Amino acid sequence: MEILDILISASFWAAAIRIATPLILATMGELICERAGVLNLGIEGIMVAGAFAGWMAVYSGTGLWVGVAVAMVVGMGFGLLHSVLTVPFGLSQHVVGLGVTLLATSSTYYAYRLALPQVNSPPKIDAFQPYEIPLLSDIPLLGQALFSQTPFTYLAFALVAATSVMLYRTPVGLAVRAAGESPAAVAAQGLSVTAIRMGAVIVGSGFMAMGGAFLTMSAFDSFFFEMVNGRGWICIALVVFGSWMPGKALLGAVLFAAFDALQIRVQQTGFGADIPYQIFLMAPYILSIVALVLVSRRAQVPAALMVPFNKGER
Amino acid sequence: MRLEPIADPSLARSIAPPAIAIIATVVIASLLAMLAGANPFSVLGLILKGAFGSQFALLETLNRATPLIFTGLAIAVAFKAKFWNIGAEAQLYAGALITVVLGTGALPWPSFALIPALAIGAVLAGAVVLLVPAILKTRFGVDEVVTTLLFNFIFLLFISMLLEGPLKDPMGMGWPKSARLISEARLPRIFDGLRLHWGFALALLCACAVWVIQTRSTLGYEMRAVGLNRDAAAFAGIPVNAVLVKTALLSGGLAALAGFSEVAGLKGSLTLDLSPGFGYTGIIVAMLALLNPLGVIVSALFVAGIFVGADSMSRAAGVPTYLADMMLATALLLMVLAIMLTRFRVVRD
Amino acid sequence: MTSNAEIVLRLDAITKRFGKLVANDAISLSLHRGEVVALLGENGAGKTTLMNILFGGYTADSGSVQVFGQTLPPGNSRAALDAGVGMVHQHFTLADNLTVLENIALGAQPMTDVRLSKKEIYNKIKILSDEFNLKVDPSARVGSLAVGERQRVEILKALYRDVKILILDEPTAVLTPQEADDLFGTLSLGIKNGLSIIFISHKLHEVMAISNRVAVLRHGKLVAETLTADTDKNALSALMMGTAAKSPDITLANPGKTLLSLQDVTTPDIGNSPGLKSVSLELKAGQIVGLAGVSGNGQAALADVVGGMRMPSQGALVLNGKTLTQWSPRAAVQNGIARIPEDRHKTGTIADFDLTENAILEGYSTAPFSKGGWISWKNAKQFVTDIIEKYDVRCPGPDTRIRLLSGGNMQKLILGRVLEADPQIVLANQPVRGLDIGAVNYVHSQLLAARDRGAAVLLISEDLDEVMDLSDVIHVIAGGRLSPGFARGTMTPAELGIWMAGQGFDAQVAHAS
Repeated sequence: MEILDILISASFWAAAIRIATPLILATMGELICERAGVLNLGIEGIMVAGAFAGWMAVYSGTGLWVGVAVAMVVGMGFGLLHSVLTVPFGLSQHVVGLGVTLLATSSTYYAYRLALPQVNSPPKIDAFQPYEIPLLSDIPLLGQALFSQTPFTYLAFALVAATSVMLYRTPVGLAVRAAGESPAAVAAQGLSVTAIRMGAVIVGSGFMAMGGAFLTMSAFDSFFFEMVNGRGWICIALVVFGSWMPGKALLGAVLFAAFDALQIRVQQTGFGADIPYQIFLMAPYILSIVALVLVSRRAQVPAALMVPFNKGER
Repeated sequence: MRLEPIADPSLARSIAPPAIAIIATVVIASLLAMLAGANPFSVLGLILKGAFGSQFALLETLNRATPLIFTGLAIAVAFKAKFWNIGAEAQLYAGALITVVLGTGALPWPSFALIPALAIGAVLAGAVVLLVPAILKTRFGVDEVVTTLLFNFIFLLFISMLLEGPLKDPMGMGWPKSARLISEARLPRIFDGLRLHWGFALALLCACAVWVIQTRSTLGYEMRAVGLNRDAAAFAGIPVNAVLVKTALLSGGLAALAGFSEVAGLKGSLTLDLSPGFGYTGIIVAMLALLNPLGVIVSALFVAGIFVGADSMSRAAGVPTYLADMMLATALLLMVLAIMLTRFRVVRD
Repeated sequence: MTSNAEIVLRLDAITKRFGKLVANDAISLSLHRGEVVALLGENGAGKTTLMNILFGGYTADSGSVQVFGQTLPPGNSRAALDAGVGMVHQHFTLADNLTVLENIALGAQPMTDVRLSKKEIYNKIKILSDEFNLKVDPSARVGSLAVGERQRVEILKALYRDVKILILDEPTAVLTPQEADDLFGTLSLGIKNGLSIIFISHKLHEVMAISNRVAVLRHGKLVAETLTADTDKNALSALMMGTAAKSPDITLANPGKTLLSLQDVTTPDIGNSPGLKSVSLELKAGQIVGLAGVSGNGQAALADVVGGMRMPSQGALVLNGKTLTQWSPRAAVQNGIARIPEDRHKTGTIADFDLTENAILEGYSTAPFSKGGWISWKNAKQFVTDIIEKYDVRCPGPDTRIRLLSGGNMQKLILGRVLEADPQIVLANQPVRGLDIGAVNYVHSQLLAARDRGAAVLLISEDLDEVMDLSDVIHVIAGGRLSPGFARGTMTPAELGIWMAGQGFDAQVAHAS
């Protein structure tokens, strides 16, 4: 009964959308990388770096949108590193991805310690505030949930639409998809597989960093260690769950976030109080694994995912 | 650009890239230290001194290297078969968990029976924990990278739940901490008076055992074949899925020994900060060792030295300890690049 | 006829080395407008390398390429396409999960365009496919197309880019004789529309039929260039082979008892690869059974069943009179089946294993290579040393990683690995694909020797000539169905081609009823 009440409340769905936003951004980033044929396990670290960079920029006096741009540029920097190693040099995408995550995380913490040597609790910034879109936000439930978010969330939804249009309706998108399906076909048509794949990884990494920045600049207003907390890995599961399609991945992220929001609320109900809170915290991770089990067998994996391409190999 | 395999690489070709990678790592670390306003030479000197400069430092490094040898071996075994076990952290905690469950009085046995029982129990626990992702992979085609990663989070929450529930030490003054092991369960020191326990010796033994398995046994041959070319292995009649499951069991068991050795040899009880990421650092250890089990010993000592040295350097020079993590991540990326360059030449189009 | 026409393409002293191998040795060649030049040569003669240099796939070590008088920048396929050079690769460069339209549109529009103009592309494809008689559905997923259709897509890809010079690398290798005729029809339409064509082949009759001029490559050198009208098959054959190579003499078979038979075997389709449809086949001692057919028609399924990779879902597999209930690659090996896999790089060997490790790939778990779970490297070393000597594997030594060996030497190691056990059945799946003539003859002579020792040989090949030369009995496979067996010399290529196109089966059914 209580659960039903939760499910029909606008504030619950508004929270779900808020929780979904960083996942949506980072999932789009990973999806672009994988569509081009590159698994980017740097996602977790790049989100950490983006969270710090955006927040730090604003803390140092830039505007919020400049902060978002800074986060994106930092993410693209790590994307550049990842793609140089995995695309032209064809190194193991697993190892490089984990290495990039370790490097991005440790350099973020190092930079944090250098920038704020003496603080015990990190300072706060004036984060993005919710902006209720007139009229639309008056629609019961759906409108209240969707259109009373911060502008950062609106940007995330716009980026999903943009990603979808890019992939399916533009020559660039066709090239990206083809690079993930058959790099040889791309090369035979006179296009550079290296440039396409590197470009996809760099842009995708920028999206991931924005996902991280949402945490410090919109969901919260400060930077904490461990704040990304495995969200990057969940995004990798979401890409699979969404069958590498932007719309389905968006849906997956919102469903996942709704589940997360639900477990937070159920914890506070009478029924939830008797259960150790760790069970609730585990639930999203377990849910991700269950989702993977359900879809993995019939997932349409890009045929050349994780297959390096070396021009003129014989 | 394009990569061209080199038929018979010269000695210089084999040595120069890794050497340059190491030098470049040191140079980058120096620049980072300068960024923190410190003198790079004194920072590097302090790291070296803190790691190997005294008996105390050396013992500290050996102690820190012990779990890293186990997790490094776990990763090396798994990666050799291209089974991407990123969940050594969870398996480590599984080993530690069994050690405290059985070692705090449940088995009132003398040391000579209890300690092996705990080690075996830990191995089984770690193996079981990794068995789940292995079966999900072989049966349902679920990518093990994501599952093992997510298992780390799940398992740590599980441990947290136990430490705040059934395993909570009544004497722990409210801290989430298990009861202490009975004295029969503690790993003795190798030399009287020196703070180094038999876990280190066990780690060395395991490294040798894994080396023998990989190079001499049919299982090792199968694991290498599966890792290098799954299709060819399957065509030749190697039971690929069975090999992957066996690999997972071995890998999980080795990682769990890290947890056993930390609890029984060093800490005496289980807390949530038992491992500062030994499971993840094991990836660096294994890669720097080129997945060679004997190389894991050397690279674990190196990695442990950097960490221990960075701790003491940080206290003395005020440079954040995260310098160590950055150095290792840099070393990892540069080393995989360097190893590739020993075998391929970059050709311009 | 065309020597007065404008020169559209000129290759000038192209040299290309791969390590010690000189793949192209100062080759110069020109192409006139409206001309078909056949580039003739055995596998490994350097034809494909030369065309890849022209098309920007490789960079030449020296020499230059001029198209319509302009020198092409090296290693740049885009520049080649823009200059009007298109290439249909032997191994198609198509993305299976994309549609025909998407494959053709890829790279055809500037990347700066904001919209992919699907409608315009669709219409242009329709016009081109009518004009050149290349029927294909633009909205079909490429993965669902037959091989012949895929080739049409490849040609359309080039035509869509308005190429003036078309390079075709062994285009008939994957076609039935009838489909090949259709292709030649399309090419003459192209010539009428102003195309110039380079046609790579090692089949003399095709070269004689379609080309105006022939250039012959041997061991990376241009050994002859002549008008087709001024030469004949025998002369070309001599030029192509040189003097050293001699194909093995074929004696008549003396078949014995049936060793392996498939009885009404059916297997499920896997993706785009058809399964077997109620296939019955007998492999007899001392006989080579050849399997002809266009690739992707069930050869893989049949090879999998015989090789232990798959169990029939219906029907029976009978070995030495016993119906098999357990079947696996290991069981196949233990029952004396020698398996030469279709792809020696991807499934036959492990590139980063050395020769020793590769030699025991099938036998590592049994004596003498395994004792109680431990490998005897001493026995393995002895085994590989014997193979290297007996099968003439050219290599630096048993510790060399096999990726450094040539295809022929790799195949010799595989032959040694499987034939040393004195097998009763030999499954040879595309055993000479991509090998040079010396290696081809060697492999063929080994297969014949195995037959004459009393082994049953199943030869699967897309090369109809090879099947017809070697086989004592020929079956044709099409759409997963198997034709009756035809004895040596009873069928012409054209007759087999009808079966390959899948047409004989229905008549057979009609005849039976």
